[in-house]
Amino acid sequence: MNKIQIENLSKIYASRDGNVTALDNISLAIKPNEFVTLVGPSGCGKSTLLKLIGALIRPSRGVLLRDGREFDQPTHDVGIVFQESVLLQWRNVIDNVLLPAEILGLDRRKSRARAMELLGLVGLGGFEKRYPRELSGGMQQRVSICRALIHNPSVLLMDEPFAALDALTREELGFELMRIWAADKKTVIFVTHNISEAILLADRVVAMSPRPGRIARVIKIDLERPRTIAMEFSERFKTYSEQVREVIYHG
Amino acid sequence: MVDTQAAVLDEPAERLEPAVGVVKAVFGSVVTLIALVVLWEVLVRHYNVPGWLLPAPSAIAQAMVEWRADLVVHTGVTLYETLVGFALSIAVSVPLAVLIVYSPLLQNTIYPILLAMQSTPKVAIAPLLALWIGFGAAPKIIVVFLVCFFPIVVSTASGLTAVPPALIDLIRSLSASPMQTFLKIRFPTAMPHIFVGLKIAITFAVVGAVIGEFVGSENGLGYLILVSTSQSRTPLAFGALVLLTVMSIVLYYGVALVERVVVPWAPRN
Repeated sequence: MNKIQIENLSKIYASRDGNVTALDNISLAIKPNEFVTLVGPSGCGKSTLLKLIGALIRPSRGVLLRDGREFDQPTHDVGIVFQESVLLQWRNVIDNVLLPAEILGLDRRKSRARAMELLGLVGLGGFEKRYPRELSGGMQQRVSICRALIHNPSVLLMDEPFAALDALTREELGFELMRIWAADKKTVIFVTHNISEAILLADRVVAMSPRPGRIARVIKIDLERPRTIAMEFSERFKTYSEQVREVIYHG
Repeated sequence: MVDTQAAVLDEPAERLEPAVGVVKAVFGSVVTLIALVVLWEVLVRHYNVPGWLLPAPSAIAQAMVEWRADLVVHTGVTLYETLVGFALSIAVSVPLAVLIVYSPLLQNTIYPILLAMQSTPKVAIAPLLALWIGFGAAPKIIVVFLVCFFPIVVSTASGLTAVPPALIDLIRSLSASPMQTFLKIRFPTAMPHIFVGLKIAITFAVVGAVIGEFVGSENGLGYLILVSTSQSRTPLAFGALVLLTVMSIVLYYGVALVERVVVPWAPRN
């Protein structure tokens, strides 16, 4: 069974100049534990698609299934990471990570242990008592990834999570994310406008084109895991990159 | 991890600099103040300005020492009116702002009324309050309440709506209850904004108390200024003025101190 199944999904926003079609007749099936990246220029509706999958907004038309069931309310089985870490400035690192556990009323001691484990996994062991303002942008984003994973969701939605970081940190975090994912598989849907990042991370790249937002092409990435930085210079990677670039710009 | 170490190393320097800046700023303003007072003293003496017109700082100090017992009593009265009015204003404004933010109906009905209230000069309302309630502390407290009200309501309301949209999405994805959202996210987010309003309000508060006292009173620093001016005891009026200024400054920094303790994460300027 597909983890997420999207059938003929459209999202139309009403605006002053009439209706704007953000997503036009999208169909996509995502398998359990698959790492899918959505790539495309701004206005292609990739973030809208992510929000639809998280049930944060309702589709105008079409059907969304998770684990074979239709849903229209957020389920607790989802973790979200945004471009901004949006950490709570008044909470230290571990209490930020524990926020979802608190809201969901999970066992305190177990959640704490898991938070410590997750922080260790992203190299933030020993930073539990620090406050967000004392951390670099990369470290803040690592905390927000831990926060998204604390309640052990089976789906991880990431909306350009590394876009605000410098190139080196971005790369580093990409590999860290893959390491975490390999150790504890989840269905990951990762939005980016960076083509190399999209290819390097993904099992499949969903290339989208704008106005109206459509899936231009779905490209299966046949690169072995674990991925390495050297793969970026391989012929196959270049071919993928050209394929993505072509469909994004020429529909 | 490169960025980890960098962040740790950066930190002490970041904390040291503002502290040095504060010391410099305080030192600078104290020196300037002393220089101005000395200049005032020199000019008044040099030009033989009569004391009932503009007393020299030394004469003011002398009057303050002479009348210290009365000054303490009157300061206490004004301080009491200011603090009670301020506290009352917080107690009403913050919950009201919460209601405004959570209810579009209230937002549309109350906001115009608040704006109208804010636009009415409090000096004009003060005599009416005296007429209705009399000359005790109550009408002054109400004036203080009225001048503090608006900045606190507005800052609280804007703070409660200052939650980043991404954070709202995050807690919605967890199906947080409205109460959880309020207690864990909205209210803490609003706290630094509320303190901006409180700092503005506390400086208005002292002025509000004096306005109330001007209109009709038997005590308080405002009353003392009025009486001593009419009796040509200008140095005493200035003494009361000095105490009012000091009170205002102390109260402001008092609120700022509470802010540091309650919201240590607030951005400092």
